Amino acid sequence: MTVPNIVTIRDLTKTYQQGEINVTALNNISLDIEAGEYLTLMGPSGSGKSTLLHIIAGVDRPTSGECRVQGIDVTRLNESDLADWRNQNVGFVFQSFNLIPVLTAFENVELPLLLTRLSRKQRREQVNTALELVGLLDRRHHLPKQLSGGQEQRVAIARAIVTDPALIVADEPTGNLDSASTQEALGILQSLTRTAGKTVIMVTHDPKAAAFGSRSIHLEKGELVNE
Amino acid sequence: MALPLKYNFRNVIVRWRSTLATVLGIALVVAVFVLLRALARGIEASSANTGDARNILVVRKGSQAESGSIVTREHFRTIQYLDEIARNERGEPIISAELVLIVSAPRRNGTGEANTLIRGVTPRGMELRPQVKLVDGRWFVPGKREVVVARRLAARFAGFEIGGVIKSGQDRLAVVGHFDAAGSAFDSESWMDADEARSIFDRENYSSILLRPADATAATNLITRLERDKRLALRAEREVDYYSKQTMTAVPIKILAGLLGTAMSIGAVFAAMNTMYASVASRTREVGTLRVLGYSRRAIVLCFLIEGALLAAMGGVVGCLLALPLNGYATGTMDFQSFAETVFQFRVTPDLMLMGLAFSVIIGVAGSLLPALRAARLPVIVALKSI
Repeated sequence: MTVPNIVTIRDLTKTYQQGEINVTALNNISLDIEAGEYLTLMGPSGSGKSTLLHIIAGVDRPTSGECRVQGIDVTRLNESDLADWRNQNVGFVFQSFNLIPVLTAFENVELPLLLTRLSRKQRREQVNTALELVGLLDRRHHLPKQLSGGQEQRVAIARAIVTDPALIVADEPTGNLDSASTQEALGILQSLTRTAGKTVIMVTHDPKAAAFGSRSIHLEKGELVNE
Repeated sequence: MALPLKYNFRNVIVRWRSTLATVLGIALVVAVFVLLRALARGIEASSANTGDARNILVVRKGSQAESGSIVTREHFRTIQYLDEIARNERGEPIISAELVLIVSAPRRNGTGEANTLIRGVTPRGMELRPQVKLVDGRWFVPGKREVVVARRLAARFAGFEIGGVIKSGQDRLAVVGHFDAAGSAFDSESWMDADEARSIFDRENYSSILLRPADATAATNLITRLERDKRLALRAEREVDYYSKQTMTAVPIKILAGLLGTAMSIGAVFAAMNTMYASVASRTREVGTLRVLGYSRRAIVLCFLIEGALLAAMGGVVGCLLALPLNGYATGTMDFQSFAETVFQFRVTPDLMLMGLAFSVIIGVAGSLLPALRAARLPVIVALKSI
C-alpha cells in the first residue's frame, strides 16, 4: 500500500536581493514528503534548508514553482487565507522557543486555539492534553522565565500540537538546548510521528539529531544533493 | 479573534518604566484638559444658577451689564404701577429698583486690588432672590452704612470679614454679615440698602429693576410693552436669559482650553507614539510568532491599538484623579461683562472626567496607529529573524 504524500514540491525556486547581489536560496527543487515521515533537512548555513521549511509552512513565498501541502498549493493563498491555513494545518517549533514572555505556559499553548471556535472548556481540555503529552501539566501556570530551556521548548512543542495539525515543522529545535533536553525534545517529536501519525519536518545541523528522523535530505547552495 | 486583553495589560506592566513616563505625561495633559473645562463649567454654572425663571430684569437698552446700565427714578415710578406686576400679601408690587456699583478692594493674598460689585437692594429684591441666605452675622439695617458680603467673596478680599470695613473714597461701609448665594453669580457681590447706596455713592438713578410678573402671559406682555415703549428705551428680559448671556466670561477660558488642549495633546500623541514604537521594536519577533500561529495583520494592528489605548487610559484615570481634588475649589476671575471680580468653583463633574478619559484614549489610539501598522506590515519571515 502506498502512503499518500503530504507535501509535494515541484520546481521550487527562491531568489532574493541582497544589496546589489541576486541570491538564489533554492534552485529548482522538487521533493515529495509522505504522511507520517520524520524528515530532517540538513546542510551548511545558507544552503536553503530553512527557506525550504518556511515555504512548506506557508511563512515565506517562493519566486516560482509549486508547493502543495495536503493538496493545497500554499504559494497561491492570499495573506489572510494563509494565516488561517497555518493555524489549522501547521505546528511550529522554533530554535529560540518563541514563547510570549508575559503569558504562562498554559496561555502560550492556548494562543493558537483562540483563533478557533472551540469553547473555553474545550480549549482548556486540549491545552491540558498537550501539556500532559510533553510532561509539563504541573508547570502550566509558570511564566517562560520560570522554566528551563528544555521545558520552554516542550511548551513550544505543546503549542505546536495543540490544534492537532497534520504537519509539524521545527527549525533547529535543539540549537539552544543541552544534550539531555535535546534527547527529550527529539524523543517527543519522534513519538508524534510513531504514535500520532504526524509528519515532522526538522531543520538541523546536528547529525545526532538527524538520526531521530526516518529520512534525511541534504541541501547545498539551494539544491538537493543526496536525497 | 483578537489577542486576550491580559496580553496587552501584562506587556504594559512589564515595561513599567516607559509605561510610567507615558502615563504621567498623558495624566498631566488630561488633568489640564479637565481643569480648564472645569473652570469654564464653574463660570457657566454660576451664571446658570442665578436667575429665577419667573423674574424679569429691566436694564437700559444697549447696556451689556447691570453695572453699565441706568434706569431713572421716573422709569421706576412708571413701571411699578403696571398691572402685569404681581403683588405680595401686603398688596405691594413685587419690584426692586437696584443700584450696582464697582468698588476696588485689596485682595487678601496681597496681590493688589480688584474690582468687586456692590448691589444696593430693597426688601423686595431680597424676596425675589430666595437662594441668597444669611449664613453669618446679620442683615444690614436700611439707612445705615452697612453691607453684607458673599462668604466666598469674603474669603478673597481683605476687610470683608464681619467687623471689617470696605472703603470707597472717603466712605466706610461696615461688614455686618455674610451670605451664601448657592453658587450663583450673587456669590461675587456685596449687598447693602439701595437708597443708602444711592446716597453714599451720590447716584441719582438706579442701575436695573428686578420684578415678578403676575403670570407667564403677564411676563410676555410686559416684555413686549417695555420693548415697544420708545420713551423708556429699556430692555426687559427674563432674569435667567440675562444671566445665561453673562456666561461670555467663560468663552476666553474655553478658547484657552481648546488651544492648550490641542498643543498638549499633540505632544502627548508623540509621547505615546514613542513608547509604542519602542514596544513594537522590542517585540518584533513576538509579532512574527503570532503571525505564524495564525493571527492576521488586522489582529496585530488591533492588539497594539488596544495596548496604546490602555496605556493612555491609565494616564487618563491618573489625570482625572489629579484634577479631582480641585473640585469645589473656589477661585475668581475678571468678569468681562462687569469688569469686576467674579467668584466661582471648579466643577470637575463625572461627564467632564469621562470626556478626559475619552480624550486620553484618543491620544493613545492616535499615538499607536503608526507603530501598530508598522508591526503588522512586517513580513512574517523578517519579523521572525529579528533579534
